[in-house]
Amino acid sequence: MTGMNRLPAPAGSLLDRSKTIAFQFEGRTYEGFAGDTVASALAANDVWILSRSFKYHRPRGILTMAGLDANTLVQIGDEPNVLADRRAISEGMIVEGQNYSGSLEHDSETWIEMFGRFLPPGFYYKAFYRPKGAWKFWEPFIRNRAGLGKVNTAAHHGYYDKEYLFADVAVIGGGPAGVAAALQAADAGAEVIVVDDGAQLGGSLTYARFDSNGRSGRALAEEAAQAVAARSNIRVLSGAVCTGNFADGWLAVIRGNRMYKLRAKASVIASGALEQPAVFRNNDLPGVMLGSAAQRLIRHYGVRPGREAVVVTANADGYAVAADLVAAGLAVNAIVDLRPDAQPSPHVTAAQQLDLRIITGSAAVEAVPTLGKRGISAALVAALNDDGTADAAAESIPCDLLCMSVGYTSLAHLLHHVGAEFAYNDSTHMYEPASLPAHLFAAGSVAGAHDLDAVVAEGRRAGSAAAHDAGFGAGAEPPAPIERGDRHHTHRWPIFPHKRGRDFVDFDEDLQVKDLVHGAADGYDDIELLKRYTTVGMGPSQGKHSAVAAVRILAKEMGRDLQDMKVTTQRPPFVPEKFGHMAGRVFEPGRRTAMHHRHIELGAKFMPAGLWWRPAYYGKPADRETAIRDEVLGVRNNVGLIDVSTLGGLDVRGPDAAEFLNRMYTFTYTKLAVGRSRYVLMTDQAGAVIDDGVACRFHDEHFYVTATTGGVDGVYRTMLFWNAQWRLNVDVANVTAAYAGVNIAGPRSREVLQKLCTDTDLSPAAFPYLGVRLATVAGVPCRLLRVGFVGELGYEIHMPAHYGEHVWDAIMEAGKPLGIRPFGVEAQRVLRLEKGHIIIGQDTDGLTHPYEADMAWAIAKGKPFFVGQRSIAIQNGKGLTRKLVGFTLTDASAPPPEECHLVVRGADIVGRVTSAVRSPVLGKVVGLAYVAPDQAEPGKSFDIKVGRGRVIQAQVIPIPFFDPENKRQEM
Amino acid sequence: MKILNCPLNGPRNISEFVWGGEVKPMPDPGAGSDRDWGAFVFLENNTAGVVREWWCHVPTSFWFIAERNTVTDEIIRTYPAGELFNERVEFAAKPKAGEGTR
Repeated sequence: MTGMNRLPAPAGSLLDRSKTIAFQFEGRTYEGFAGDTVASALAANDVWILSRSFKYHRPRGILTMAGLDANTLVQIGDEPNVLADRRAISEGMIVEGQNYSGSLEHDSETWIEMFGRFLPPGFYYKAFYRPKGAWKFWEPFIRNRAGLGKVNTAAHHGYYDKEYLFADVAVIGGGPAGVAAALQAADAGAEVIVVDDGAQLGGSLTYARFDSNGRSGRALAEEAAQAVAARSNIRVLSGAVCTGNFADGWLAVIRGNRMYKLRAKASVIASGALEQPAVFRNNDLPGVMLGSAAQRLIRHYGVRPGREAVVVTANADGYAVAADLVAAGLAVNAIVDLRPDAQPSPHVTAAQQLDLRIITGSAAVEAVPTLGKRGISAALVAALNDDGTADAAAESIPCDLLCMSVGYTSLAHLLHHVGAEFAYNDSTHMYEPASLPAHLFAAGSVAGAHDLDAVVAEGRRAGSAAAHDAGFGAGAEPPAPIERGDRHHTHRWPIFPHKRGRDFVDFDEDLQVKDLVHGAADGYDDIELLKRYTTVGMGPSQGKHSAVAAVRILAKEMGRDLQDMKVTTQRPPFVPEKFGHMAGRVFEPGRRTAMHHRHIELGAKFMPAGLWWRPAYYGKPADRETAIRDEVLGVRNNVGLIDVSTLGGLDVRGPDAAEFLNRMYTFTYTKLAVGRSRYVLMTDQAGAVIDDGVACRFHDEHFYVTATTGGVDGVYRTMLFWNAQWRLNVDVANVTAAYAGVNIAGPRSREVLQKLCTDTDLSPAAFPYLGVRLATVAGVPCRLLRVGFVGELGYEIHMPAHYGEHVWDAIMEAGKPLGIRPFGVEAQRVLRLEKGHIIIGQDTDGLTHPYEADMAWAIAKGKPFFVGQRSIAIQNGKGLTRKLVGFTLTDASAPPPEECHLVVRGADIVGRVTSAVRSPVLGKVVGLAYVAPDQAEPGKSFDIKVGRGRVIQAQVIPIPFFDPENKRQEM
Repeated sequence: MKILNCPLNGPRNISEFVWGGEVKPMPDPGAGSDRDWGAFVFLENNTAGVVREWWCHVPTSFWFIAERNTVTDEIIRTYPAGELFNERVEFAAKPKAGEGTR
């Protein structure tokens, strides 16, 4: 048995009654059918409380059955805030309610409701700001109460992904308007994508009543689905929600665990309208629901929504609801019509023929709760005065279901997202679109049409217009407009404040009429201010049922005209999105050098460098210190090999190559001899140091320029930016990925390289320091650079990337008898610091200019221009405010300070440490730091504030720290 | 997401581009006051209306110029930089001694 409230077919169009599914709710096992949602399956089993409310822990149940309210948020396993009226049940699913202590049925915290009058809007601002420190006391209590559901912080990242879709015309909403638009656009030749949140096309056709026997809607829906299926140029995304409409026709669509990024040339928004609750005492309890929710329960899920019903209405739709309830076997004890007279309508006539009791000019002003507020037992009905206020309740009409059909609001979010303008229509009592941005069309009830014929006709017109906008159906005559018919479905004031409150405007946030009245009285007289003060519309459903009611109340309080007011701005997302949807699959691209696998075999511990992975050192983390030390000593005393493939490489070619480098870098390159290299230092327009490397001249018109690992892409882009203006005859190519590179360094590096490089004389006289050669190494044509970042005899070898591993292997093999060892970035950092070589971005920051970095030697004096030249001159002319110096510690036994430890003078901060290390060969701590200019002379001392406030003394010493005469690199 | 029409690659998502600032003439770096130079380096007009800006298509490092209305967020026209910069630029004079201390 899958439920005592189950109705026979044809009710329950979404159900597959041949498949029974068992699931748990609050520890008890229930059964439903395939096609059931959690909410419908529970309702079929006569379980109506799904969760408790955020603030007062009041029982809450089905309100919309459309996935657009927060009453049905449940916890499913690790997943909080699942919409019970949208999520399909699955075998073994474990569902729990939210926001209760003890059990859902017997919440031990319902007492909080008793204190509701002490929790007015602005409560936090008013209550906790004094005495000083009060917030700290109350915060844990409030934090504990805030939020919905339980997050499992240990939950693993589920699978989510993204897909790109393209359409000529996107149609959002698969109701009668959307289908008509899609068919029309498709017949004009457009590729159409329809996004529909239902399981079947048809929108209201699938659940509402359109004729005397209530069957034509379903027939029309099936017809529509067949017409759509017959067209190969329409794709339907069912069960999908469009959550955002962004610039240039970019629509975010979520279905299951996938986010579609849909780009459309034109869009038709046919997202429909949402029924709005009436406001009266206890309007939030289980058993009180929208008329359309009851219809959805019946037609979609075959669930009898109650036993005895009262329908409160202000339009013909309420009468249709009553007829549906009667057909489903309920006793309809009364139709309470807010209007003085029921307007003639086939649905009204049908209700009269059913002999239903119709009470006009009256309203339900209170729902009478059952014990524990788990449901309702009666509706209290009162006559309405001319001004819309209600008299004292005159009659109690028994019911366990109270349906509300008092009006609609446009589901216009996707129009709002891109800046459509809305205006209040004093005749229909609705906010309707007044102007739409380009390439955007609206049709159906979102645009203010309501009668089916008008909805379909306007859908066709929108589809035709959208296709034309997207470049299809030129010359075709647009379908003719028709009269909109009866548009008076929305009551202007379905709000009946009760002197004892519990007349909820916003169910998400437990806000009552008086909360909004108080907010207005506190001076928040604009709806955007009132929203933020009272939190109306700030819950999970984002005001879908409360925004318009809040404006109506504010207008009344302020004595203003709704036509002069706006609803709060609706922003994406239309419904809550998960971070998983945003993240999608976790793509973290990483770049590996050609020798990556060799590093793994050698036991490298990797570190990120930009997108690259580089060996930090070779060895186990436990042996980190000794590994780095041995790698350093290996280079200083013998020979080491490091993978430098990640260094940027730019080929600069052309008659103006030297002139171009002169403009891009601080040095001069016009007279640099072929076969020589020179340091390059790049500054930006403001004079700040941004990159460095070397320029190698292989030909009069060809320089190979290196750049830092993280900087090369920016350097390349900057070069192209400038030459887009200068028009020099030069071509720049970023060849970083084309070349792998190694640096063989140490006193015995020549000995090793000689074994592999036989076509080039490596002797110091023939190939001196800073020389560059095109040479063959291990049979591979390479670019050889005699440069000395680590301060030893060494060669950088740049070879085609495909030969990186081959050359690495050949060098390691040739160096084996000499005890060659690979070294990583950590050892390289120690080695370069012993030489006082700076690393751009570590020893410089976004403001460092060359004089501050003590690099005046790198600035050519006679050039007419380089980028940053004038700015550097201006800054230098104003005098230095800091200078980068080398230092050691006065107390040799003190631990090395860390990067960013402050250089202090008394209470003042004058600089910071940028690099520091204990040098294995020098036997002392050496580092670089910014100090005040008057402290920058060698021999002067300064203070560094290290951990726990301790101050240690450092002494300025000359750079380089090691091999001050640079003899070793020039061997 | 907005679409920007790259003169080299056609219409692409704007996430493929970076902004390069307003197109503005560089004053003679060897002449003019420090204040004027500072204004050139640091100040943007931030015009409400049609602006002429540098944009770069990142995957191809192609720089071009876009005319954009900052009020309506409309991109009016994009074209290669060569339309505006069609002559080789020379920097003749070396800055004078005592440079930039005014």
